[in-house]
Amino acid sequence: MLGYIDQIKTISAKLLTQGKVDMVIGFRQGSVPMMNVPCMVKNPADLDKLVWDGHCGINLANYVIDRKEKIGIVAKGCDSRNLVNLMIENKIKREQLVIIGVPCKGMLDYRKIESNIVEEKENAQVLVKSGDHEELLERAALLQDNCSICIHHNPVIYDELVGTLVEEQELDRYAQVKKVEALSIADKWDYFETLLNPCIRCYACRNACPLCFCPTCFVDEDKPQWVGKGEDPTDARTFHFLRAYHCAGRCTDCGACVRACPMGIDVRAFTLKLEKDCFELWGWESGLSLDQRPALDVFKPDDPQDFIK
Amino acid sequence: MEHMGVEPERIQFSWISSAESTKFVDVVKDVTATIKKLGPNKHFVKQGDLKC
Repeated sequence: MLGYIDQIKTISAKLLTQGKVDMVIGFRQGSVPMMNVPCMVKNPADLDKLVWDGHCGINLANYVIDRKEKIGIVAKGCDSRNLVNLMIENKIKREQLVIIGVPCKGMLDYRKIESNIVEEKENAQVLVKSGDHEELLERAALLQDNCSICIHHNPVIYDELVGTLVEEQELDRYAQVKKVEALSIADKWDYFETLLNPCIRCYACRNACPLCFCPTCFVDEDKPQWVGKGEDPTDARTFHFLRAYHCAGRCTDCGACVRACPMGIDVRAFTLKLEKDCFELWGWESGLSLDQRPALDVFKPDDPQDFIK
Repeated sequence: MEHMGVEPERIQFSWISSAESTKFVDVVKDVTATIKKLGPNKHFVKQGDLKC
């Protein structure tokens, strides 16, 4: 992880000077700590701006949608899966992209760290400092929730590889969903009601999401107006329910929505259930291969159909 | 929808051919009976609408 950035810069410089790409999309330091922001570099002289650490949680695939240039893009496991999705959904062409794959070791959850001074150290540890105290902590305990249950840290598609591929973990990804599934109908409703209570309808989750590329989102339409524009709980709920369905069979659980949410809502509570259903019903995981049609785009005679009376 | 707390009986799917008129009638009767038993769905009613 620590040495990645030098390789990213070397590869990017090569691609830019050889004219293989018009720009490279990576990360630079944000204006607040632990919030790296996307950075588009067109001039090799600007490559020094690029960084790589545990704060690169944003999904960069979001920034290639409908672009016409040739693009070099730094891609973690989830970013690469979303790139595959975008290629399948005709939002970018494979030949436009040079994917700089980065085997990811998980991104740090800034909400779990109550300090603004964080340094990555060797041996998967981070040094967290405050005014008069500093402590070495294990990275694993500070990861974003989606990263700690990630089983695709390595990019699924890449042209250049930074570092070496990491070992993937095996675990039950859906423990959290199962807890909610065990609740009664009324308790489920209350669970999501409480979850969505803080929502201010800023749409940061939608804007950070590489799946949300409709020219006009259904919440922004006014003829017809599908959903109210205010903070009424019913409208907030409608927005989240519908957005979840739009992500069905497409979500890669990159966690960009949760990271972007200013109110700290676990938006993944919706998408992870749909991901679980897709996996259990059709053995489908999105964005793994360019040769597979999306789950909701194919039909097989033996598809489960018990719900049809 | 069930996962998010909407009563599962509210959403029903059926496959009826245009030739199966009796099945259509049966299904519609069955659906209306189930929904009537559940009563109106208050979950998606705005607070303001309830007052008027």
